[in-house]
Amino acid sequence: MADVAVQHELTGAFEPSLFGTYSKKIGMWLFLASDSLTFGALLFAYSYGRISNPAWPTPFGKESIANATLMTACLLSSSLTMVLAVLASHRGDKAWIRNWLLATMVFGTAFIVLHAMEWTKLIGEGMTPFKNPWAATVPQFGGTFFTLTGMHMLHVTIGVIYLGVVAFRKKFLPVLLALWLVGWLATPANSIFHYGIHALLMGAIVSAMILFLHPKDYDAHDVEVSGLYWHFVDLVWMFIFPLVYLMSTKIV
Amino acid sequence: MHKMAATHDEDKSQYFWVWGALLVLTGIEVVLAYEQVLTPLHMLEVLMVLSIFKAALIIAYFMHLKFEIPVMRFMLMSSVAVCLCLMCIFFADAARILSLGVR
Repeated sequence: MADVAVQHELTGAFEPSLFGTYSKKIGMWLFLASDSLTFGALLFAYSYGRISNPAWPTPFGKESIANATLMTACLLSSSLTMVLAVLASHRGDKAWIRNWLLATMVFGTAFIVLHAMEWTKLIGEGMTPFKNPWAATVPQFGGTFFTLTGMHMLHVTIGVIYLGVVAFRKKFLPVLLALWLVGWLATPANSIFHYGIHALLMGAIVSAMILFLHPKDYDAHDVEVSGLYWHFVDLVWMFIFPLVYLMSTKIV
Repeated sequence: MHKMAATHDEDKSQYFWVWGALLVLTGIEVVLAYEQVLTPLHMLEVLMVLSIFKAALIIAYFMHLKFEIPVMRFMLMSSVAVCLCLMCIFFADAARILSLGVR
């Protein structure tokens, strides 16, 4: 009860929450509101550059669009499994909370892998944040693309780690470290993901600090709040996918 | 406990319907992109309308905002919408650049 109240000096006098819910959820909503402005600003900057530049390249052929559509389906399905995890938490069904959270993480990881494959293909074709092979007069195409999708991919990665911590707590740490190690050793040294995989190490360090310094049993509120973050990540993709991919399909 | 909306619906089927609707809307967007029957401006308008509708479904049902009290719904949605719309004021400048002939 303490997290929904402001305690006055008078014993038993509490103010009800303005938003009618627990403060952890309000805190997450406020964070999501600020993060939506971050992505809004990035999307605005991309759109501004696009509108003011008639030579903007449209390089995404059928394979890229099919890949991005599959990524969208993965994220939408992950949102469904996340909702089912929240429903299981309301029932107090610990086994199914874990199962649905694991399913959400699997879909999220599939999204990241597919996206990494897409990035590798584009980088192989000569695209960098500073130039691209399709329009020499539009160097900002790569910068806007990698910033937008990279920022989103980072959010998805953090979300998968967050869900893993909520589902498995300390048992997730060795799994995360193993994934980091395998990812680091398996990717070639000239691949951007050879360095990007260190995000998993940083996630493991932060998660360890939280799990050891503030150990607790994560309850239905924690599952619901982590669900809010996950749905936000899906929500942002609902705008990135049409604006970046569908508006830049290769005109044959 | 806290004053949460008492009519919170725990029925699973509505989430599957929402998921199905989101997949169908995504399919419509992809078909429009493949067929390229619309001009870029109209394509953008249609995609934005569909995206906003998909976002509304996710926020209302998956994020459960539909079941929160009106004060919370109004405060969150209006503040974010106003800030995003403020950014859109500068799109006129982007369109103006085309006629300035800036290289």
